[in-house]
Amino acid sequence: MRKGTLPPWVDIGLIPLLNLMMAFGVAGVVVALIGENPLNALMVMIDGAFVYPGSLGYTLYYTTNFIFAGLAVAVAFHAKLFNIGGEGQATIGGLGAALVVLALDQYLPGLLIIPVAIAAAALFGAAWAFLPGFLQATRGSHVVITTIMFNFIAAGILVTLLTGVLIREGQSTPQTRDFADGATLPKVHEIARGLGFEMASSPLNISILLALAACVGVWVLIWRTPFGYRLRTFGESEPAARYAGVGVASMIVITMCISGGLAGLMSINDVLGAQEKLQINFTSGFGFTGIAVALMGRSHPVGIVLASLLFGALYQGGAELSFEFRSIDRDMVLVIQGLIILFSGALAYMLEAPLSRVFGKRAKLQPEAV
Amino acid sequence: MGDIWLDAMQIMASTLRLSTPLILCAMAGLFSERAGVVDIGLEGKLLMGAFAAAAAATLTGSPWAGLAAGIGAGVALALIHGFACITHRGDQIVSGVAINILASGLTIVMGIALFSQGGQSPPLQRDERFQPLDLPFTDTLAGVPIVGDLLGTMLSGHNILVYVALSAVPVTWFVLFSTAFGLRLRAAGEAPEAVDSAGYSVAWLRYRAVIIAGVLCGIAGAYLSIAHGGGFVREMSAGKGYIALAALIFGKWRPVPTLLACLLFGALESSASRLSNVEVPLIGEIPVDVILIAPYVLTVVLLAGFFGRAIPPRALSIPYVKER
Repeated sequence: MRKGTLPPWVDIGLIPLLNLMMAFGVAGVVVALIGENPLNALMVMIDGAFVYPGSLGYTLYYTTNFIFAGLAVAVAFHAKLFNIGGEGQATIGGLGAALVVLALDQYLPGLLIIPVAIAAAALFGAAWAFLPGFLQATRGSHVVITTIMFNFIAAGILVTLLTGVLIREGQSTPQTRDFADGATLPKVHEIARGLGFEMASSPLNISILLALAACVGVWVLIWRTPFGYRLRTFGESEPAARYAGVGVASMIVITMCISGGLAGLMSINDVLGAQEKLQINFTSGFGFTGIAVALMGRSHPVGIVLASLLFGALYQGGAELSFEFRSIDRDMVLVIQGLIILFSGALAYMLEAPLSRVFGKRAKLQPEAV
Repeated sequence: MGDIWLDAMQIMASTLRLSTPLILCAMAGLFSERAGVVDIGLEGKLLMGAFAAAAAATLTGSPWAGLAAGIGAGVALALIHGFACITHRGDQIVSGVAINILASGLTIVMGIALFSQGGQSPPLQRDERFQPLDLPFTDTLAGVPIVGDLLGTMLSGHNILVYVALSAVPVTWFVLFSTAFGLRLRAAGEAPEAVDSAGYSVAWLRYRAVIIAGVLCGIAGAYLSIAHGGGFVREMSAGKGYIALAALIFGKWRPVPTLLACLLFGALESSASRLSNVEVPLIGEIPVDVILIAPYVLTVVLLAGFFGRAIPPRALSIPYVKER
């Protein structure tokens, strides 16, 4: 936050790298304490994420989730809002997409249904973020608290619907029926096969293209539009924004809706792409991973794509850990994720003082008080 | 009367048992947030406390060692939170999220490493857990109408940590509102600059607040795994830390209203299973899930300003920068 004391390459290159290394270092200590070799574990994860047949597809499939989730958190971050409701917004977004497909897939061709379903995912997600935004704008209740509550409420709604009216008839697993064949997003290996290439199958589908398009869209929105300028002004200083005539209440609500819409879009990767049906808990905590992604990526689309790729590799490589080691599970990835949030988020300023001493141009050190 | 009365007593007893972890965590949050440090890491400290307690009780065979380990784990995470938020003035919410995710991962990873049972701890033996206690005079008063049932069915026969939770409320109230330490602690959350001018360290006050929060969450965790339950199960905190946070807001950051909110949310949980499949006049059957999300819905309704406003401590979530 204290700009100008560090050269940019230290600020956006060295510090994130050091934070990442500290997180991996501590994770390595945990692995060593368990009695396994951290370097072996790392090699297994790299093989599992990139080398084994089909693994790259899985890595990119997870990456898609994280891009959407990271963008959702990042857009809100630019307005100094903390949307930790990505889970709930994605849950409701997935519900929206599924409802559209379930209602229409017997009557209309997929080509018509899919755009509507995608729009529904975004709209439902945005709607789920609207109320927290509205409450913060009008009642001053913090979005962090309301979005946490909305995560649980969304999960409750999904369980109620999937064990009730939406459950596939004659079945006890809480999930909907499979969507009709044409009414889903094509998987990349299917497309490749259609073009005559042989490719290992994976859940990777064309929503990754939408994710990349969303990155461009967010970049344009935040840095190249008057709205984005107002949004960043509001994030930098609310009084300044108010003085400049920014409608603060509507800014909060609109930002939350955009953030929720992006989180809602995360659901299409799983619901319309990979599973082709709506399942319980399909968000699997990816909405929270978005926080780590946005923090690591410094809320910039390029950083978010890189961070998403890292987390995609971690999740896919982490799945491999449980096969190779007796005592390490894929939950090791959660440990790494928590450490990354800790080091590149909560402890983000820790390195600033010592590094300003080394690299500071006009290093005016904060008098240390605490 | 007989049956309904006894039923009500049993529901209240189960409410008390289900409210216990909520009460302890909410009091933990009360200390931390009254001192100006947001604590959404209650969930993580609760889970870590539960794991450490079960692991220590299994390895040593003593519930007291388990309790100590649970407290130790809660305090360890609290210190990480303090280090990030107080010493390095990091974002308190980000730090809380990190702690929750870290606890979620570490408990499973360490659980598998220690016990090789998919993240669970082996079931605890009887003497490795806290056993129900009979309150004095329960037998003497057993024949007395109302009082006898009240004591025998509702109040007596819980394990010691239930009583610890109940007494944590008056103790919290006393410490925060009747001691000099409590006054300074609350001032650190309302007007830290005033605390500073009076010559007290805001950082040290806030550190003590988060450490107390760690202790209380650790006790709550031990309750889950070695008193109420008989071992650790992955993700066994199941959102209770967040419900406690909701109760804290619902109680407007005051001990007694917060206790009542915890009891309300505990009652909802304990009635959820009884109310499912029961036809309610006009409404029809209420799905269990609807009752289970009621605490969250109620809190949002409160935050929307329907039951008066919940105003947080003024300096909540703002890192204190001392002037020179």
